[in-house]
Amino acid sequence: MLKDHKNRLLLVLSIVTVIVIVFYMLFQIDFDILFYQLPSRGRRILSIVIVGVAIAVSTVIFQTIVKNRILTPSIMGLDSVYVFIQTSIVFIAGVSSPFLLNAHFNYFLSLGLLTLFTLFVFRYLFKLTKSNVFILLLIGIILGTFFGNLSTFMQQLISPDDFLVLQNTLFASFNVVNEDLMLLTAIILIIMLIIVLKDFHSLDVLALGRDGAINLGVNYDRKVSQLLVIVAILVSVSTALVGPIMFLGLLVVNIAHELFKTYKHIYLIIGTSLISIIALVVGQMIVQFVFQNSVEISVIINLVGGVYFIYLMLRRGRE
Amino acid sequence: MISVKGITKLYGDKKVVDDVSLSIAKGKITSLIGPNGAGKSTVLSMITRLLDNDSGEVLLEGDNIFTQPNTDLAKKISILKQSNHLELKITVRELIAFGRYPYSKGRLTKEDNALIDEAINYMELEQFEDRYIDELSGGQRQRAYIAMTIAQDTEYIFLDEPLNNLDMKHSVQIMQILRRLVRERNKTIIIVIHDINFASCYSDNIVALKDGEVAISGTKNEVIKKDILEEIYEMEINIECIMGHQICIYFDEHADATVDDFVKEQAQI
Repeated sequence: MLKDHKNRLLLVLSIVTVIVIVFYMLFQIDFDILFYQLPSRGRRILSIVIVGVAIAVSTVIFQTIVKNRILTPSIMGLDSVYVFIQTSIVFIAGVSSPFLLNAHFNYFLSLGLLTLFTLFVFRYLFKLTKSNVFILLLIGIILGTFFGNLSTFMQQLISPDDFLVLQNTLFASFNVVNEDLMLLTAIILIIMLIIVLKDFHSLDVLALGRDGAINLGVNYDRKVSQLLVIVAILVSVSTALVGPIMFLGLLVVNIAHELFKTYKHIYLIIGTSLISIIALVVGQMIVQFVFQNSVEISVIINLVGGVYFIYLMLRRGRE
Repeated sequence: MISVKGITKLYGDKKVVDDVSLSIAKGKITSLIGPNGAGKSTVLSMITRLLDNDSGEVLLEGDNIFTQPNTDLAKKISILKQSNHLELKITVRELIAFGRYPYSKGRLTKEDNALIDEAINYMELEQFEDRYIDELSGGQRQRAYIAMTIAQDTEYIFLDEPLNNLDMKHSVQIMQILRRLVRERNKTIIIVIHDINFASCYSDNIVALKDGEVAISGTKNEVIKKDILEEIYEMEINIECIMGHQICIYFDEHADATVDDFVKEQAQI
């Protein structure tokens, strides 16, 4: 009975996802430029699906490992590091540098540095703090502020024109996404998904914590380091592709938990991915059709996600 | 049989467990007792591979536990730590089903489900099986966890303070279940326990630890003795035989006097 309920929920979410995608594709379609409009919207949908799934899967796994529903990789300072990387490029090499203008260069540079940073934070800091969530959150906020301030400092020094160019790269946007890189990201995502889903039952066991997982015969330490590498790669590819959307992961994973009320990762992973796609497509519609591209999608997602984050903190505080 | 040979654990420079050797007899309940900080839980964690030892080895039927595949080991020994409160939305039945993970890797067979049903019946959890564990009382939750280890169906069952936070009725209930498991299913059970009278009444063998070392290890009649316990706990303990059980009486004789003194002191202030 319970299982039926969850399957039905997944079905409803899938239908909603299809509806919002179709709606987005066909809304105010202009038949004169149909062959321009459809592929262009299709590309956006594709990048939304890639990023949505990557963020959803990585956040679900991350929260299972740290056993906490408020921490996400983005909140651990990853987004600030992305801003720092982009600002440093402009500051050191200038706006005409190939590292900024050439999408491939920029993607690989960001990807490499972000993965390195994430692995450092996860591997080193997890050991150092013995996975104490509050210390981790504190360090995450300090790292975030540190890199944020360094970025602001450099942004003060560069010329206003350069700053405008830089600003464009700092907001997540699905409007201009390089096709090659989208393909590459999709391939990486699919490989990671196969690795994760092949053994998704062990994620359920990891949720019991270290002792519980070892008791049931899971090689906890090896499994966790493997998963953390996957999380680091997933978060880094999606950020390098479109830019940071800080509160997306937090928002969609928590909605999925509220809806499904389960520990089973097969439901959580699929459910979170669908919710994530819905959130991004709706966000994109608001950006494109309501605000005529005058705001960025990350602003809208962060507004909703940020409010939700505060709500979660307040509710936790009361409990 | 499990034999532990000279295991040691260091935290920094401090030896929390120092050269502990013991052997655990099959088909018995063995209690680990000792004052706070004696290293009971640490020893238990090392025997069950939750914690690496700095030296020494743990042999399960003659084989070192660290050289065995994790999955095989999970079919031979199970460990339940002090009821760590899970923030998971998980029902009693789902929790118990985890016990079958070493066998089925999450894809439950008919046989698994039959064993899960049996564990539920054994622990009398039928009416709670679809309830979430965070909605249960402490005693019910502890029973659900023990049902999980029953479903895991291992020969050795380790429990770290299974009576923590339970009232007398539920403590007795849990201990009777453990005795039943030994009697009916020939399980070997090792528990860390604080209440010395529960250890005395329900276990076969007792290992007493003090300052990270084994103070004494033997049958309960060899360990529950006035001079031995007084040395371990550094307090006056009298032992009376009540209804065939050795019962420790460790209340301070001067309790009333100190209360009087305290009251007088308060009055003066």
